[in-house]
Parts: sequence; structure tokens; C-alpha cells
Amino acid sequence: MALAGIFLLLFLPVHLGINLMLLKTDPKPFNNVAHFMATFPLIKIFEVVLLGTILIHIFYGIWVQIQNWLARPVGYVSGNKAETSFFSKFMIWTGATILTFLILHFFNFYFIRLGLVPGNPEDFYSVAHSLFKIPAYNYIYLICFVLLGFHLYHAFYSAFQTLGLNHRIWTPLVKVIALIYAIVLPAGFALISVTLWLFR
Amino acid sequence: MKLILKIWRQKNSKSKGSFVTYIMDDVSPEMSFLEMLDALNKKLVEADKDPVAFDHDCREGICGSCGMYINGHPHGPVPAITTCHLSMRYFKDGETIWIEPWRAKPFPVIKDLIVDRSAFDKIQIAGGFISVNAGAAPEANSILVQKKKSDDAFDSSICIGCGACVAACKNASAMLFVSAKISQFARLPQGRIEARERVRAMVKKMDEVGFGNCSNTGACEAECPKQIKIKNIALLNREFYKAF
Amino acid sequence: MAKLNSKIPDGPLAQKWTKYKASVKLVNPANKKKLDIIVVGTGLAGAGAASSLGELGYNVKCFCYQDSPRRAHSVAAQGGINAAKNYQNDGDSTYRLFYDMIKGGDYRAREANVYRAAEVSNDVIDHFTALGVPFARDYGGTLDTRSFGGVQVSRTFYAKGQTGQQCLLGTYSSLNRQIKKGNVKMFPRREMLDLVVIDGKARGIIARNLITGEIERHSAHAVVLATGGYGTIYYLSTLAVNSNASAAWKAHKKGAFFANPSFVQIHPTSVPQLNEFQSKLTLMSESLRNDGRMWVPKTKGDKRPANDIPEEERDYYLERRYPAFGNLVPRDVASRATKERCDAGFGVGKTGLAVNLDFRDSINKQGKKAIEDKYGNLFEMYKTITGVDPYEEPMRIYPAGHYTMGGLWVDYELMTTIPGLYAIGEANFSDHGANRLGASSLMQASGDGYFILPNTISNYLADEIRVPKISTTSPEFEKTEKTAVERLNNLISIKGKQTASSFHKRLGKIMWDYCGMVRNEEGLRKALVLINDLKDEFWKDLNVPGTINELNIELEKAGRVADFFELTELLVHDALDRKESCGAHFREEYQTPDGEAQRNDEQFAYVAAWEYAGEGKPHILHKEELKFEEVEMKVRSYK
Repeated sequence: MALAGIFLLLFLPVHLGINLMLLKTDPKPFNNVAHFMATFPLIKIFEVVLLGTILIHIFYGIWVQIQNWLARPVGYVSGNKAETSFFSKFMIWTGATILTFLILHFFNFYFIRLGLVPGNPEDFYSVAHSLFKIPAYNYIYLICFVLLGFHLYHAFYSAFQTLGLNHRIWTPLVKVIALIYAIVLPAGFALISVTLWLFR
Repeated sequence: MKLILKIWRQKNSKSKGSFVTYIMDDVSPEMSFLEMLDALNKKLVEADKDPVAFDHDCREGICGSCGMYINGHPHGPVPAITTCHLSMRYFKDGETIWIEPWRAKPFPVIKDLIVDRSAFDKIQIAGGFISVNAGAAPEANSILVQKKKSDDAFDSSICIGCGACVAACKNASAMLFVSAKISQFARLPQGRIEARERVRAMVKKMDEVGFGNCSNTGACEAECPKQIKIKNIALLNREFYKAF
Repeated sequence: MAKLNSKIPDGPLAQKWTKYKASVKLVNPANKKKLDIIVVGTGLAGAGAASSLGELGYNVKCFCYQDSPRRAHSVAAQGGINAAKNYQNDGDSTYRLFYDMIKGGDYRAREANVYRAAEVSNDVIDHFTALGVPFARDYGGTLDTRSFGGVQVSRTFYAKGQTGQQCLLGTYSSLNRQIKKGNVKMFPRREMLDLVVIDGKARGIIARNLITGEIERHSAHAVVLATGGYGTIYYLSTLAVNSNASAAWKAHKKGAFFANPSFVQIHPTSVPQLNEFQSKLTLMSESLRNDGRMWVPKTKGDKRPANDIPEEERDYYLERRYPAFGNLVPRDVASRATKERCDAGFGVGKTGLAVNLDFRDSINKQGKKAIEDKYGNLFEMYKTITGVDPYEEPMRIYPAGHYTMGGLWVDYELMTTIPGLYAIGEANFSDHGANRLGASSLMQASGDGYFILPNTISNYLADEIRVPKISTTSPEFEKTEKTAVERLNNLISIKGKQTASSFHKRLGKIMWDYCGMVRNEEGLRKALVLINDLKDEFWKDLNVPGTINELNIELEKAGRVADFFELTELLVHDALDRKESCGAHFREEYQTPDGEAQRNDEQFAYVAAWEYAGEGKPHILHKEELKFEEVEMKVRSYK
């Protein structure tokens, strides 16, 4: 869970970096990168690994969650008021939202490339720009990225803890970095969508 | 002061339980929570009714017998204490108090607020020991232990096995409980020798008896009456990886 | 008295145990597997014995009334555990530990047993350390010690204020190891209802499954009682509220003599009673007297806050009366001195039944951190209970019933007067005389369980190897079970109005008032009448709802209280009979002009072992004369 999670945590900034090119008025750099990503053999391998990781993360997450639900067949009437990190309680739900988004995401891009959905796979720049002109798409996109932030905030710290890395000095620092990461990354993605929607 | 108690009543492990409301008119803020229940039970017995069954023994916060889920918290809303030390001065006049048993699949209800915590014993039996026979020990001071490590081992060792961590965890996970024992021994040279076997056996048993998984929410740490830290869980994870 | 044979080995004191072990009969490993042993109780003594016997290869069945062996009341011992390691180079030795215990016990303990307890104390520390008990350590990595009351050396090993917990969890872990190996079978949530005696030998027990109410028969070649003390006779005590005397009392009624029942230790430092509903008094470890000073105002009824009372108006009464030992006098002495001040009207707090235990000077001298390191959890606990911060204000403390030196009479082998029935730990009477020194209960209980009983029991079992598995269908099992069930039915069918606890509370008050820290003939006689009246009322007006075939907490309590009535009667008789003051037993009629205990060695240098003569008949007294070959009986002075 944690290892897959960390892999995904590392992948996200790369994705953001590429997406930032959408902000350029010239579609070339983005489309070039998109083309490179779609054709370079090493990336192909990476793609499979990435997909595998996502699947492991999802299925393992669901499996663990089912076990956890089974471990408490009868709940409390007075609720659970323990002081915990708020976001940690909803990982399965924030995770599920992200999964929904991923499916949508795949429809928009990956499936185009596979020819399952109509669209020009050579010009994702335009696909993206036109998508972000739809207000509803933006709303969904923004909500998903807020929830992604919630997910990442707990995920970042939690991965370290699960890997057995807990330290008197480093752990508080990890938590600060987690907070920064969980704000900056989704904010970056959101920035792109809002900019394309309202200012282009 | 007056209190409205909503207490889980369940005749035995097979019957269905439900909440029963009791009104207590004459609660003194000087009572402990268990003494308040004693007073309720006195009334019930005098009226020839079945008293509320709950586990309790030392009443000084060390045996780990007592434990009930009070208004959304194991051992009640005050941190770092057991139910027997919970004073009624922390409650308001007229307050409604929900009292529930620990809820977890490996902790089935036996009666009312009493649950079966033998799953904890099973985990300890699986490996929570250092294998040394009486008489086989070397001279105590021949085993030197760094003061810091010894103090850390002590901080882990003070777990009273009450089950509050499981009760508080949204996943009903027993990781804090198991990690306390693992960490105590992991930090001592005496305990290192069979560290691999110990962590494997205890974790295996923990999964077997049906506790949930740790998702690092930290509820256990927040509710532990002995303030055992989740850094022990990180150490347990580390020990577990090392044992592969 | 022919009936009492203490079986003390010959030879010089220091060699008795070595010699005994060298000549004791043994059971070969193959035969051990065929022998069953029942151990009742899972405190340091019981769990220690069960695991040691399991290690040796016996078939052990172990019982406790708690839901897990880890909760036995040894867990609550705070201050520490003694051993004669002499790590401090302060002149300690086995002999000195032995001497301190004999003197601390006011010369009413058996020399040979005490010496042996001191002898095995070092093995106990070695064993606990190997089991991973995190005792306090110095920076060099060696074990640290502190001093305790009644001694002038530093020999107490400790784990903050939770030594009992740590030792018990260590013992629980060794018990678990044997459970895993299959050598010990654990029966938690069982209460022993009676002992089964066949042809004069202990052969099993009748137990009640506290969850289902089922009555069970368990047989064995030997039975070991490690069921602790009976301090809960006072209702309010430092003991766990479910601690009880029933197992020992039932064994007594089956023929085991009960020794020195009136020797009950009142601990000087417990959190005072705060209200009438209180169910329990919480101990504040004696170790606090290392750094805390006990005082009361010099003026009667001075109601100023403690911190407003200037130094010259404080009476540090222990330091004043006992300059040599000061605040570290033994428990009985400290308790009585406190009671004397409070009775004279100098007590503090709402009730006047409390004195100050002040850490101001130590905090000033050593710093708050040093005090926190030593007593952190105790200070926290005090604050939790009272809402007062002892770093800022002195603690308020008062004596409370704590430990019973009396118990089942045992010989050198820890066997009672019933062959095959052993009593270990607090359940027996053997090592503490009339007063126990601090930190020696963990030591004795562990020593008995881990190192002494496993050696002595083979002497008996060696002759049992030809005895096949004991059947539980014999007439003796039938009869004992029938009697036990009858008694439960009797309790449940009274159908009166009052709860068992309310009777217990009233009995406790009688005992505390007339048979507590200070006793006199008039009060004791009055107590006998009061106990008897209350007992009659109990059997007429008790109410136990529910049935015997289910989890029934009131039934459990009722059975225990019923036994307390019988035990307290004997206890008062013993106190009446002992016309001297010694240790914790202080008879007002027998004191020196300056208020110290006055022993009468001519007439009372004996162990009073009481034989049960039957329902309604007076107990028969047997005297085991105490011969002191090694030490000279002296006036116990801590001045």
C-alpha cells in the first residue's frame, strides 16, 4: 500500500510538470511531450508499471478496507470522537473519488489514444483546452483535486509510518512537507484548469 | 447532579442487546465513573433487578480490566486515564451519557459492558516473551542496556492491555497493543535474540484473530490511557520487514 | 504440638537451602509429564510457579478470576523489589536483607524461611532482567536501586512507580510461553469454590466458570494456592476490589491451618478517602518517602493552606520521633505515628484524617526533573484523583489497609497442613512476621513461585508418581461440588433487600474501627459482637438477583463477603489472643511509656496457627514456637 502510494506520490509532480505546459499559448511543447510519452518504449514500460501500481493500490486498498469493516461488525451509537487527523478517516472515500476521476480522465485521453473514444490523439493540447471550457468539467475537476489533496495529506505521512520511518525530528518535518505537497500539487492542477477555463 | 445514562444491556453473548435509559438523580462530582455505576447497581439490586455488568478490579488505573466506551471515547472524554480514574466532575449536570462496550469482532460482548479480550492473550501467547527458563538467567548486570534504550523500552512496556486502542480505532486494529510489546523487546538486547520469530508470530496471530489493519489515523495514540505512542507501530513495521 | 512440623532442615542457617536442594527427592522428566498440578492465582507467585513448573515439564492447570492472568493484583505494586545484590557497595548482603526482614517483622517470622527468601532474591532479579523487565538503569547501563522504609541500604530495584506491573508482565510472558508449549493450560474467569481432599490429600478444586456459571471439577496430584491476601476485609483498602480470601478460607475449612490472621499491614501513604461512595483507596508508593517529608501543622486545627504554613510551624513528626530513620521508618511505625497525630487533632484537610507528604525541599534540591523521573506516574495519578498538583502543593495522605502478613500456615516446603496443598506468595504467612518491609512482597512472591516451590514440590510428588490421573467422579468430588452449589443456592435464595457490597462496607468499618492500626480488648470484644450481628443480618437480608447459571456479579461478591464474615471473626480472635504489641499488631494495653509497641517474647514468640474445628465451634490454636538461632531478639528501635 505504502510503496505503491509513494510511487504514485512521485509520479504526480511529473504529471503536473507536463500539464503546466498547457499554460503556454504554443501547443507544440505539450503535444511533443505527449507524443514522446505515447511512443517512447521506456515510457511504455513505465506506463504498465504505473497502471499496475494504481491497480495494486486500489485493490489492496479495497481489500484492507473490507477487512477493516469486518473487524467492527457493530458500530458505536455515540460515534467516534477520538482526536485524529481528520482526513485519515475518509481515505477510502477520497480514494474512490479519485478513482472516479481517473476513469473520466482515461475516457478523455488514454481511450482516445487507444481509439476507443473519438478525438485527435496527436493534439491533446486542443482536447484539454476544449475540455476546460466546459464549466461542469471544471467543477468536477476542482472537487476531485480538493479531495485528492485530502487523500495526499494523510497518504504522505502515512506511507512513512507504514514503512517504519518514524523519528522524533523527521516525522514532524514529514508532516509539514505533506501539508505543502498536499496543497501545492492539487493547487497546481487546479491553477491550470481555472486558467484555461476563465482566462483563455 | 442529575445524569441520564444510556447503557448497553445484553444478557449474554447470544442474545440481542439494546440501550436502556437510567436516570441518576444523586450523583456526586466526587465519585469516579465506576462508583457512579456502583451506585446505579446498588439501586438495581435493591429493586431486585439485574445490575449492569462491567469489568473492573484494581480501580487505580493499572490492571486494565475496566473499559467502556463513553460518549464517543474509550474510557471517556478525558485523555490519558482509565475509566476507573474518570471523575464525575468532568460531566455536566443534566448530561446524557452513552455507555457502550468495546466494539470489535475479536472482542465479542459477554454481558452488558463486559467483552471477551482473550484475543489479546492469544497474541501474547504467540510470541510476547523472551525464552528463558527460571534459573538460566545470567547475572543481571552482565546485560548492560543503554539508559535511553531502557527508558524507551519502559515507555512501551506500560501498556495495560485494556483494549482502548482497538475500541478507538475505526478499523478495530490492535497494532498499538502489539507494537508496545514488540517495541519493548526490540529495544533490549535480551529481546533481540528472538526478535524475528516474535514479530512474525505475533503479527500472524493478530491477523488471524480478526483485528483490522492500521491506517495510521492515530486514534489509538489519542485514546490510550497510558499514552503509548504510535512510533511503536513504526518500529513494529520495521521489525516486521526485517523479519522477512 | 505434634500437628505442626515446620520441617526446617538441619545445619547452619546459610546452608539450609543449599543442603535441602541437594537432598530433596526428585521426579524424573518422564514422570513429570504424568503429574498434574493446579495453580490458583496468576500473580507473581502463581504465574511464576505455573511457568516454572511448566518449564520443568509438569502438567499445569492455572486459574484466575480475572479475564486475563495479566491483571492479577501484583500488577499494582509500585515501589520496587528488593534483592541483596549490593550493587551500591553500601554493605548489603543476604544476611543483612534477612536481618532487616526479621527485625522489620518484629521477630515473628521463621528464620529459615526468611533467610531463604533473601537468598533467592538475587536470582529473581537476574530472571526478571533476562525476561526483559525494564528496570531503571544508570547511564553506564547497569541497574539502579533506591532505598525503602526500614532499612539503611539501597537495595530496591524499580521501574518508575510501576515495578509490580513490569514484574507481573514479565511473569505473564513466561507463563504465556508455557501456555504456547502446552505445558500450562490457562483457565481465566474461574473462581475456586472449594478444595477437594481425598484420603487426606489435596486432589483438586471445584471452580465456577464466571461467564456461564458452570460448575467445574478439576483434579490434580497437588494444588497450589497463590490467591493473595485478604486486605479487602476493610472494604476500603489498596487492594483490587475483587481481591478476596475465599480460596484460602475454603482450604482452611478443609484442614489447612490459618496463621497469624491478625497481622495486617496498614500502609502509611495512601490517598485519603474523599467521599462516602468511595470503593477503593489508591496507594502512593512508599518510595515517595525517600524524597517526601511527612508533616502536620504544630497548631491544632490550623486550616491554612500547606504552603502558607512557615517552616517553624511545621511538625515533621517522623523526623522528630525517629531521628535515625526519619521518614523511612517501617510502615507500621509510620502509620501509627500518623494516626496518633490525626487523633490528637493535628490532621489536615476537610476530615482531619490526612497529613502532608511534602516534596518542596527535594524539588528545590534536586530539581523538578529528577523528581519527575523517579515518581512521574505517581504524581500524575495523584493529580488525576485529587485534582491537586503535588509539584506545587504537598500530597495529602493517610494510612490504608494494604497487605496481610498472616495467611495459610506452611512449612519450610511451603506446604500447608493438608498434604499436597501448597500456599505461596501473600497467601501464606511465612516470611514477613508481624510487619512486612517495603519492596519485599514482590521479592517473596517471585521467589516462592519461581525458585522455591518448584524445588520443594518434587519432594511430595516423588511419592505420587504411581498415582494415576485423579478421577473427578469420586464421591469426594461429588460431595464437594454439591456443598459448593448448595451454598450458592443458599445465597441466592435469601431474597432480602440489601446488596453484598453494603454489608461488606459495614463489615469493613467495624474492622477498621476496632481491628485496624490500633486494637484493644474492649474494642475487639465489641467487634466480635458487631460482626456476628451483621453476619446474621447478612444471611437474612441479602439480595442476589439472577441465577447461579449465568454471569452474576452479585453472586460472586456475596460468596466472598460471606467468607469475610468467617475470616474476620477468626482475625479478631487472633488479635484478642495475642496479648502483646508486635509489628502491625498494636494493642493499646501493651505499649512503652513513649507509645512504642511492647513485645512479649516470653509468652508470644510463636506463630499462632488456627485449626478449623467445625461450624460454630471455636478454632483450635496451635503454636509454632519461633526459635531464633541466628539473631537475638531485640527491641525494634528506629530512633
